[in-house]
Amino acid sequence: MIKKLLTYLAIPVIFIWLLITSFKASRWKPDNANELLSDFSWLNDWPKWLDIPLMKWINDWFKFFNEEYGIYFEIVNNFLLGAILSLKKFLVFLPWPLVIALVVAIVFFSSGRKVGTTVFVGICTFFIGFLHPKFWDKAIETTSIMLIGILICVLFGIPLGIIMSRSRKVRNAILPVLDLMQTIPSFCYLIPGIMLFGLGAVPAIIATVIYAIPPLVRLTDLGIRLVDIEVIEAAEAFGASRRQKLLGVQLPLALPNIMQGINQCTMMALAMVVIASMIGTRGLGDEVLLGLQQLNVGKATEAGLAIVLLAIVLDRITQAYGEKIQDRNKPLDKFNEKAKMKKAAKKQVTKESTKDGMEAAVKTN
Amino acid sequence: MSKIEIKNIYKIFGNYPDQILPMVKEGANKELVMEETGHTVGLDNVSISIKEGEIFVCMGLSGSGKSTLIRHINRLIDPTAGQVIVDGVDVLSLDDKEILDFRKKTMSMVFQRFGLFPHKTIIENVAYGLEIQKVPEDQRKEIAQGQIDSVGLQGFEHQYPAQLSGGMQQRVGLARALATNPQILLMDEAFSALDPLIRSDMQKQLIELQSKLKKTIVFITHDLDESLKLGDHIGILNGGRLVQVGRPEDIIMNPADDYVKAFVKDVNRTKVLRAQTVMTKKDQFDATNINPSTIYKIDENTMIEEIIPKVLKERCTMNVVDKSGNTKGYITSDELSEALTKN
Repeated sequence: MIKKLLTYLAIPVIFIWLLITSFKASRWKPDNANELLSDFSWLNDWPKWLDIPLMKWINDWFKFFNEEYGIYFEIVNNFLLGAILSLKKFLVFLPWPLVIALVVAIVFFSSGRKVGTTVFVGICTFFIGFLHPKFWDKAIETTSIMLIGILICVLFGIPLGIIMSRSRKVRNAILPVLDLMQTIPSFCYLIPGIMLFGLGAVPAIIATVIYAIPPLVRLTDLGIRLVDIEVIEAAEAFGASRRQKLLGVQLPLALPNIMQGINQCTMMALAMVVIASMIGTRGLGDEVLLGLQQLNVGKATEAGLAIVLLAIVLDRITQAYGEKIQDRNKPLDKFNEKAKMKKAAKKQVTKESTKDGMEAAVKTN
Repeated sequence: MSKIEIKNIYKIFGNYPDQILPMVKEGANKELVMEETGHTVGLDNVSISIKEGEIFVCMGLSGSGKSTLIRHINRLIDPTAGQVIVDGVDVLSLDDKEILDFRKKTMSMVFQRFGLFPHKTIIENVAYGLEIQKVPEDQRKEIAQGQIDSVGLQGFEHQYPAQLSGGMQQRVGLARALATNPQILLMDEAFSALDPLIRSDMQKQLIELQSKLKKTIVFITHDLDESLKLGDHIGILNGGRLVQVGRPEDIIMNPADDYVKAFVKDVNRTKVLRAQTVMTKKDQFDATNINPSTIYKIDENTMIEEIIPKVLKERCTMNVVDKSGNTKGYITSDELSEALTKN
């Protein structure tokens, strides 16, 4: 009760303090505050002195921040840049057929050996380079920026989602921040990003993380909270500790949702690539921008298509895993099962017979 | 000594349960508390003692607090006031670590909607309790396999719960609960989600298992027939209060109030009443007019369902005897008709 009363009291106090400070800081204020009571013309247009000096505060703070802590950003910058460059160099160094083969292999195993999906993704990957030879290296550059960005999202987003699912208070505190991150125009943090990290790939990664992390956090939180309460109770009734419950039950059952979060994260990161090219990030977005600047519609479309293809490939890889998890809810395919068993039995027989044959051969020798 | 002792448990759901407690203790009922304070009374001064090796059935309609009560025994829910003593240990005094140990060793639970882990195979599900106890893998596989065999699910070990029917899933639930070899089994509406045929099948299976294992079972249900069939003792809850506790016959023959009466009204008494309950004691029975050739001996624990046809057809007299063959009383058509019309 007392706590509530205090909050109700604090809000008007803060508001009045804001009014007074903004009035004092304003350059166009009347000499005497009493004038406001005799002359009411300020009610017509928004008065110039009724203005929070937020811009000045942020600028001052940012300047101070940049000067004092710039060194730490330098370290982060170097670290991330090194990670991106080495990943990119490695992928560019590999011959392109090998990279396609690698992508195909990943899709094949993560989708549970679905041939259709695998072939489709293989073709898409091939077409990225096929559209324009220059696109291959650019796509790899874009992918490496995204991969690092997504890795950071996963490293921070999933633990944050877990914490949110456990405490209502934390959730109430984080949700508005996520809303802010999703709605604030990306240039608002691209520009400070440049000032802190310089032009290039690193501010792009920071922007990607800010833009793409909210869905992952939300879906992790939601996925964990949606786990059937009776299943959780079952784990508790057997004496599972919080850790055992989280790792053994909650996370595995939230995995389809978390994978969906990673998928959304990937898609949003890709959307960021074009915007990030405006602050000098190289990659496929760079080509789109170039096409637009030269009014070269064909070039822009070609690059746009390459981005779509890249999106399809990444989407299939992240989706396929989630779909595989859901397969266990399907009824058993008895027919297939039997066929498999027969095959296995046959194999065994042939193996044994060849073995026997060899042994016999050895003996005769 | 009783195995589980619940003493004066109160549970109030809401923001300030402690402030509401005095009001509930003074006798305000559930509706009044809800109306005045917005708090829900889950349990209101419930005391039960459950003996070792018996099936105690806790019965009531939804909202009567029966599921809340069972969760106090393994402390999935903490009471607002009261005591829970299991095996002489005050469960509420255990700290976080001790309570986990206590749950691991002394009891396990079966759930209404099975509570199986959808991402684990059947054998992994059954072995879950052992996995939590850090039993080595091959050993727990072996124990789990034994439990799967005993509930008749051989061949389904490596399937997922969603691939099994409801009845099979609940058998997995039962096997999982038994795999840790607990002394106490908590069954929360365990058979309520099953269709009638499978349910009576499971009831039979539970009775069979119990005759071998002699666990202490706390069984929750909203079905009176089920509670009469399974329970050694039955406790009836209404609005968080314990209305009546007793053996099935006591509840049928002497319902404590209108609520219990309404429950009992539609019960098939012949399946519940035993010969010893309806007989006239031998010193009060006038045996002079009875032809000795029409007297048959029956055991005192026989359900009257079994003797009704014979008594009606042959107009004979049943001589009720105990295990050693001593006459305890007699049953004629008069006793039967009285037992079936009472109340």
